Amino acid sequence: MLSNWPILSITLFAPVLGAILIMLLPRDNTKTIKAVAAVATFISLVLSIWIGLVYDRSLGGIQFIEQIPWVADLGITYALGVDGISIPMLLLTNLIGFSAVYASWKVADRVKEFFSLLLILITGVMGTFLTTDLFIFFMFYEVVVIPIYLLVIMFGSSKRVTKEYAGMKLTIYLLIGSAFLLVALVALFVKSKAILGFPTMDMFTLASADFPIGFQIFEFVLMALGFGTLLSMFPFHAWSPDGYAGAPTAVSMIHAGVLKKIGGYGLIRIGLMILPGGAAYVAPIIAVLALGNVVYAAFICLSQKDLKYIVGYSSVSHMGYVLIGIAALNLISINGAIIMMFAHGVMAALFFAMIGNLYEKSHTRNVDDFGGLAHQMPRLATGFMIAGLASLGLPGMVNFIGEFTIFVGAFGTYKVLTILAVSGIIFTALYILRTLGAVLFGPRRPEWDHLQDLKGVEMVPLLVLGAAILIGGIAPFTLMDLINLGVGDLVAQLGSLQIGGMF
Amino acid sequence: MSWTLLSVEIALAALGSVLLMLGLLLPEKGRRVMQPVAVIALLGILILGGGLYTAQYSLFNGNYQIDPFGSFFKLLFVAAGILVILSAGRYLERFEERVNEFYSFMIFALLGMVVMASAGELITLYIGLELMTVSFYILTAYLLQDKLSAEAGLKYLILGALSSAILLFGISLVYAVTGTTVIADMAAQFSMQPVMIAGIILILTGFAFKISLVPFHMWAPDIYQGAPIPVTAFLAVGSKAAAFAAMVRVFVIAFPVSTFDWPLLLAILAAITIVVGNLIALVQTDIKRLLAYSSIAQAGYIIVGLVAYNTYGLKGVLFYAMLYVFSNMGAFAAATIVEVETGSTDIKAFNGLARRSPMVAAIMTVCMLSLAGIPPTAGFVGKFYLFSGAIQADYLWLAFVGLIMSMISVYYYLKVAKAMYIGTNDDVSAIKPGKAVGAALWVCLAGTLLFGLYPGPLSNLAQVAIQIFL
Repeated sequence: MLSNWPILSITLFAPVLGAILIMLLPRDNTKTIKAVAAVATFISLVLSIWIGLVYDRSLGGIQFIEQIPWVADLGITYALGVDGISIPMLLLTNLIGFSAVYASWKVADRVKEFFSLLLILITGVMGTFLTTDLFIFFMFYEVVVIPIYLLVIMFGSSKRVTKEYAGMKLTIYLLIGSAFLLVALVALFVKSKAILGFPTMDMFTLASADFPIGFQIFEFVLMALGFGTLLSMFPFHAWSPDGYAGAPTAVSMIHAGVLKKIGGYGLIRIGLMILPGGAAYVAPIIAVLALGNVVYAAFICLSQKDLKYIVGYSSVSHMGYVLIGIAALNLISINGAIIMMFAHGVMAALFFAMIGNLYEKSHTRNVDDFGGLAHQMPRLATGFMIAGLASLGLPGMVNFIGEFTIFVGAFGTYKVLTILAVSGIIFTALYILRTLGAVLFGPRRPEWDHLQDLKGVEMVPLLVLGAAILIGGIAPFTLMDLINLGVGDLVAQLGSLQIGGMF
Repeated sequence: MSWTLLSVEIALAALGSVLLMLGLLLPEKGRRVMQPVAVIALLGILILGGGLYTAQYSLFNGNYQIDPFGSFFKLLFVAAGILVILSAGRYLERFEERVNEFYSFMIFALLGMVVMASAGELITLYIGLELMTVSFYILTAYLLQDKLSAEAGLKYLILGALSSAILLFGISLVYAVTGTTVIADMAAQFSMQPVMIAGIILILTGFAFKISLVPFHMWAPDIYQGAPIPVTAFLAVGSKAAAFAAMVRVFVIAFPVSTFDWPLLLAILAAITIVVGNLIALVQTDIKRLLAYSSIAQAGYIIVGLVAYNTYGLKGVLFYAMLYVFSNMGAFAAATIVEVETGSTDIKAFNGLARRSPMVAAIMTVCMLSLAGIPPTAGFVGKFYLFSGAIQADYLWLAFVGLIMSMISVYYYLKVAKAMYIGTNDDVSAIKPGKAVGAALWVCLAGTLLFGLYPGPLSNLAQVAIQIFL
C-alpha cells in the first residue's frame, strides 16, 4: 500500500511545504512558526529512517524510484531514487536538519525569514542526495547557496571578520567552484549526446556511455575543483572556517554537517561512477592534497583560540580522510569515506550546536575565557565530550569506524601517504583534548555561575546527534551493510582500474 | 494573402493612434482610464499574437515574414510592454499632463520592435528600427525638468543616429555585392569580397550598438541612468530583444558561416562584453547604472547563443530573451517602487526594504538571482541552453568565461540583497506598492520561477520558433 506513495518526494518537499506555510503565517506568531518547522523536519526525519529500514537489502541497487520526464530536449527527468550510498546521507541530512531547528529555538528576531530559509536550505541539501538526475542534482546544490548567504548576513555573528565578509566569501567560493562544475556538467551533457545519440541527464545512463579517456580526465579535474571546493579540499578550504564562524548555529551545523558532504557524495556518485578513467588518473593528486588537509589544517587548529574556528579547521582536517578514502578507489576505502562523512556530519553538527548554545549564553567563544564549565553545565559538557571524543576517533564512536576503514582501505594503495595521514589523529587528539580540558575542566570559575545548563528543547540536538554517534559506533553494521551494498555496485562499475596513470 | 496575418501590427498602430487621440479628447479626470485601456488592449493583442503563433507566411515578396520566430518575439515585446506600463505605477505622475503621449510613444516603439522581428528585408528592418529608436529618443528625454534626462535624450539621439548610419552603410555595402536587400535571397548571391566583409562588420557594429556590446556600450549607462525608469526598463528588455531578433535572422539566414567566420568575431565580443560588463557592475552604487552594466553583461550571454549557431544556442537566445523580460522587469519594477518612495536611485535607498516591504524585497532578490543564473530560477535554465550550444560548437573557453563571470556577478546582485536585508534605514514605514505594480511584480516572479522550475513549455515554444533556421 505504502509502496505506491511517492515517499521520496514527500520526504524531500515536507520542509518546503513547511516553509510556504511559514510564509503565510502572521509575523508575530513565532511559536507556531517554530512548531511548523519542527513538524516539517520531523516528518522528513521519520520518513528517512523508515526508508533506511524498508530498503530491500537483498535486492540492492536504486529503490523507491520516481521518474517524471521534465524537459525533453535536455533529457532532464525528475528522477528520485536511493541506494546504499544515498540513504546514510539522507539520514544525516534529516538528523541534522531536525536538530538544527531545535538548536535555533531561541531565534527571536525575524523568525519567519529564519525558519523559511532554513527549511528551503534543508530541502536543497536533501535533493542532491535523492535525485539520480544530474541536472536536478546541480539545481538543488545551487539552491542551497543563496539561503545560506542570507542566513549568514542576517543572523550570523563573528569576531575576527565581519559576518558580511564571511557570508560573501563563502558564497563566492562555492559559486566559483560551482562554475567549474557547471562547465563540466554542460560538457558532459554535450559529449554524451554525441556518443549516445540522445540527450540524457540520468546518472546511470551517463555512466554507461564510453567517454574517451582524455575527456574523462578533463571532466574529473573540473569536478575535483568544484566538489573539492565544496568539500574544502586544500588549498580551496579558506572559506570554510570563516564561513562557519560567521554563520548562525543552525547554518554552521548544516554546512559542516551535510553541505560539505555533497562534495564527497558528488565525487563518488558522479565522479567515480561516470568518469572512472578520469578518477583513476587524477586520484593520486587528490590524495596528496588530502594530506594537506589532514596535516596542515590540524596544525592551524593547534593555534586557534575561537571554538568555532577550531571546529571549522578540524572539519577541514577531517575532510582529508574522506578525500584519501575516495582517492584510494577501492571498496573498503570508499565505504570508509562514506561512513566517515556520516560520522563527521553528526559530530560537527553536535559540536556546533553545543558551541552555539554556549555562545548564546556567554557571548564569547574564546577558549581562554572559559574553564571548569562542567561544574555549571554538566549536560553541555557531556555534549562537548561526545563530540570531541568522536572527533578524535575514539573507539565506540562512529568516527572510529570511518577512520579505521579508510586507513585499512587506503593503505594498500598509498602506503606512505596513509601513514602520514594517520599522524593526523595524534594532532586531532592534541588540539581536541587541550580545548576540552581548557573549556570544561579545571576549577570552577565563578563568573560563569549564571550560565544555565541545557534544558527542555535545548536537549534535542544533544540527544538526537549523540544517539546517532553512539549507535553508529556500537552497532556500525546497521549502516555499514547498507553502504557496502551501494559501494559494491559502484566498484563493480569501476572495474579493475590502474590507479595513477600519470605516474 | 490575408490581412489577418498582420493583425498584430495593425492593432498596435491603431492602439497607438487611439491612445494619442484619447488623450486629447478625454477630460483631465478621465485620463486615468488610459492605463487600464492600454493594458487591456495589449492583453488582447497578446492573445491575438498567440493565436497566430504557428502561422507561416511570406508577405510582399519576402519583405515581411510572418513566422513563429517573429511571433515569439512579438509575444515577448507585448508582454514587456504590459509589464512596463503596469510597473510604471505612480512614477507616471512625474510626466504630468504629458502622460497620454507617453502611452502612445510606448506603443509606437512596440510597433517598431514588432516590425524589426518580422522584417524579411533590410530596409524594412531599418524602418522598424527607426520607428522604435525615434520613439525612444523622445521617451528618454521625457522628464523635462530633469537635466540628466535631457542629457540622456540628446546623447541617445546622437549615438543612436550614428549607429543607425553605420548600420545603413553596412546594408548599402552588402546590397552592392549581393544586389538584393531581401534577407532570404542574400546567401545565394554571397561572394567573398573585402567589401562584403566590411559590410557584415558594419552591420554587426550597428547591431552591437543597439544591444550594447562592449566596446559599443558607452552610451548605455548614462542613458539608462538619465531616462525615466519605466523607459529604461523598456529600453533594456524591449529594444535589446528586438535587435537580437533582427540580428539572428540576418546573420543566420543571410551570411553563411562557411565563407566568413563571424561567430568567432562575435565570440570575442561576447567574452569581452561579459567580462567588462560584470566587472564594472561590481563597483556601481546607483541601481540604474548597476542594472545598466548588468544588462550589458546579459547581452553578452545572449550573444553566446548566436555564436553557437546551433539548436541549443538559438533556442537559448529565445529562451533567455524571454526570461530576461520577466527577471529584468521584476528588478526594474522594484527599483521603480523604491525610486517613487525614496526619490533616490542609490543602492542605499534599498536599505531595510526587507522590513518595509518583504514581498518587494523577496521578488527583487529572486529576479536578480535569475539574472545571475542561480537555480531554480529561469536564468539558470537559459544559461544552460546557451552554454550547451557554445560547448557543442566547440567554444569551451567561452563557456568558462561566461559561467565564471556569471558567478562573480552574484556579488553585485547580492550587494543589493544585502542592502535590502541588513541595511538600516531611518524611514521604516511600510511600503505598499499599488495594485498594478503589485500585479506586475507577481507576474515577474511567476515567470521567473515557472520558466526555471518547469521550462518545458517555453522550450517547446522556442523550438517551434527556431524551426525556420534548421
